[in-house]
Amino acid sequence: MSDFFTLTVLVAVVGSGVRLATPYLLAGLGETVGQKSGVLNLGIDGVMQLSAFSAYFVVLKTDNLMLGVLAGLAVGAVMGVFYGVITIVFKATQGISGIGIFIFGLGFSDLLFQRLVGTPKPIRQLPTIEIPFLSELPVVGEALFQHNPLTYVAFILVPVTILFLGKTTFGLNIRAVGENPHAADSLGVSVERTRYVAILIGNTMAGLAGVALVLELGIFQPNLTQGLGFIAVALVYFGSWRPSHVMAGALLYGLVNATVLQLKARNIIPLSFSELAAMAPAVLTIVALVILAQRVKGPAALTKPFIRH
Amino acid sequence: MGTSNTTKVLLEMRGITKRFPGVIANEDVDFDVRNGEVHTLLGENGAGKSTLMKIVFGLYQADEGEVLLRGEPIDIRSPSEAIAARIGMVHQHFMLVPPLTVAENVALGLSSSRRPFTDLAKVSTRISEISDAHGLAVDPSTEVWRLSVGERQRVEIIKALYRDAELLVLDEPTAVLTPQEVDDLFVILRRMVDDGRGLIFISHKLHEVMALSDRITVLRDGRVAGSTTPAEATRESLARMMVGREVRLTPHKGKVTVGDARLSIRNLTVIGDRGTPAVKNLSLDVLGGEILGIAGVSGNGQREFAEAVAGLRHTEPGGTITMDGADITTSSTRVRRNLGLAYVPEERMRDGVVAEFSVSENLVLVNHGSREFTKRGLLATGAIRRRSTEMVKQFAVKTPTIDTPIASLSGGNIQKVVMARELSASPGVLLACQPTRGVDIGSAEYIHSRLIEQRERGAATLVVSEDLDEILGLADRIAVMYEGEIVAIIDSADAKREEIGLLMAGVLET
Ligand SMILES: Nc1ncnc2c1ncn2[C@@H]1O[C@H](COP(=O)(O)OP(=O)(O)O)[C@@H](O)[C@H]1O
Ligand SMILES: [Mg+2]
Repeated sequence: MSDFFTLTVLVAVVGSGVRLATPYLLAGLGETVGQKSGVLNLGIDGVMQLSAFSAYFVVLKTDNLMLGVLAGLAVGAVMGVFYGVITIVFKATQGISGIGIFIFGLGFSDLLFQRLVGTPKPIRQLPTIEIPFLSELPVVGEALFQHNPLTYVAFILVPVTILFLGKTTFGLNIRAVGENPHAADSLGVSVERTRYVAILIGNTMAGLAGVALVLELGIFQPNLTQGLGFIAVALVYFGSWRPSHVMAGALLYGLVNATVLQLKARNIIPLSFSELAAMAPAVLTIVALVILAQRVKGPAALTKPFIRH
Repeated sequence: MGTSNTTKVLLEMRGITKRFPGVIANEDVDFDVRNGEVHTLLGENGAGKSTLMKIVFGLYQADEGEVLLRGEPIDIRSPSEAIAARIGMVHQHFMLVPPLTVAENVALGLSSSRRPFTDLAKVSTRISEISDAHGLAVDPSTEVWRLSVGERQRVEIIKALYRDAELLVLDEPTAVLTPQEVDDLFVILRRMVDDGRGLIFISHKLHEVMALSDRITVLRDGRVAGSTTPAEATRESLARMMVGREVRLTPHKGKVTVGDARLSIRNLTVIGDRGTPAVKNLSLDVLGGEILGIAGVSGNGQREFAEAVAGLRHTEPGGTITMDGADITTSSTRVRRNLGLAYVPEERMRDGVVAEFSVSENLVLVNHGSREFTKRGLLATGAIRRRSTEMVKQFAVKTPTIDTPIASLSGGNIQKVVMARELSASPGVLLACQPTRGVDIGSAEYIHSRLIEQRERGAATLVVSEDLDEILGLADRIAVMYEGEIVAIIDSADAKREEIGLLMAGVLET
């Protein structure tokens, strides 16, 4: 046990915690944008799987990481178009529609994998980029500044999302449409268009989350996400729809996860408990967030289709 | 009037018809507004006022007819087109986003000088300028949810002025204001009209219409029932146009000798939903044969007070409620009812009826367990039906059958069902809260006459209402409630509307 608390191990835990947090953060930020506009998307887990498979397949065939990332983003955006048609054009119930998207993503990515790939083959992983100067700092250098590009992107997107929602006219439209769409409508803001764009942003970011996951692992398997997308939705609620809090939640989740993995690797957790321990991150994170979360009301129009009256 | 500016026709609507499935909301309506005037649209709930104005604002398209703006035909297809044509609308239900600041609410939908970023500093400066110019004091950086109702109204007007509206539509802007706030609003609106703007004012409150309008057009069942001016009209003539028959606005009250106190309240303190006292150490007597009116702006403890008397809310130790000598402070609602208390609740759909039940079932809701309606443990359907039919006739409830679900009736008829049920037991004490809110004038007149009957029967009647006209017309004594206390009790013979208005606003001390 004592050798667990060495600096090297802690640095490794923090480093892998940050890495593990990446897909949760990307998906959670995207979901935040969507929910801020009043649209709940429970299907992001399915979107992540489809995007992850697309990126995997493209990299497998072309060995080009950039093309893989683009494929994953494109699939996320296409799923956004679908979800927009379902929830905005047809005004379907969002909860059920999201579950539908999830089941579709899970099943279709599995099907494509069986048909097009069959046996899992490893692909190239994202390279680690060491940020000049910062990565040489003691302790924090290795933990925070030696990551793959998508991890940096995810964390840069936190202030970007805060700025976008808080300070831009489009962000203002999103917030208004999520709280009182009739007020926005009466001022000539198109509720449909605003929500559509928010959904596209959310789904594209979910797609990127799937890409980050698969290119970190370097391999695809059916049900790759194992419910990661649902955790991300939970992080949005517990993070009170604030990007900084969603980031805190994702980091907490990543760190707990990394700790459990370390403990397992060092056989501190007996093998017979490892199944139980695998649940620890989700349980601990949720419990912590339930305790810490401020009782903030979500967007007032969340899940409510807009109908003029 | 007289200057050329005031004679220009700003908006003209010709032959407007708008149908919804099963309803003709507007039928062949002609309406126009000139620069520099207030043209009021008056009518009962459901007369089609909001629909007509939503057509002006591009929220609905007319099925027939044409709209001319500044003499040119115009087809307004959306709110943005209306705003671009310098039309502003203050909606019946506030169109504000509570978590956003005043400046953000105003900036919404406008293009920014710092695209893609908002330019809230600039917007705030403009808001302050508009505030100063029009007497619309409000802090641009406050979140809207923190504002009072009156302040929110100002934000709505600022939104329209910020967009340089020349034609301003106000859909029932006074519904939620205190008498004091209404006076302030009217001063502001007058000033805007004197600047040459045209104003459409929608209301169903007759004294306000008389006070503010230059012209009045009355809508009834979607059609124009007539046009007039305050100089030619009286409140009675306006009511006649609205309803289509003679109505008595001030109920006729005979002379009644009052008896002893039938309801006595001493040192009553009631905790509100926020955990703070909503009613503070209140004492009051209601005498047999009188109607005591409780006037006040909503949220000053009236609801909590009424619920405590009805037995729906706990009271704090030390206070007592006595009915005909019996202490009912901690009694259940059933005991109170058996002692002769009847209660007409404020939220009639929530507390007054069971929405899913039929008219008949709602009529026997309180006493379905009585000898009359239950035989050997089973409901006596025949007796219930006979009695319900009788009550429906007696109270002139307009319903297709007694088995019709109550929720499909109009507000006025639902209220008549509640009244029929509550009065059928000949109560000794009647507590009626907002008895005619959202009720058409015809039903209101009927309900008022029924309340007055109770007085003649010797019952003690307590009427809680935000409608000062109703209180002035009904009550023998008026108690004004402010911040949980009765600040004054005035004999209605000596009551002056202004004085009560000031007491309600907490401005005047006695
Ligand atoms: N969107 C709608 N769909 C169906 N019926 C409507 C709609 N809006 C209004 N109505 C009906 O049209 C009539 C007029 O309503 P409204 O214009 O709101 O009246 P007012 O503002 O005078 O109270 C009512 O019978 C109402 O039920
Ligand atoms: Mg209306």
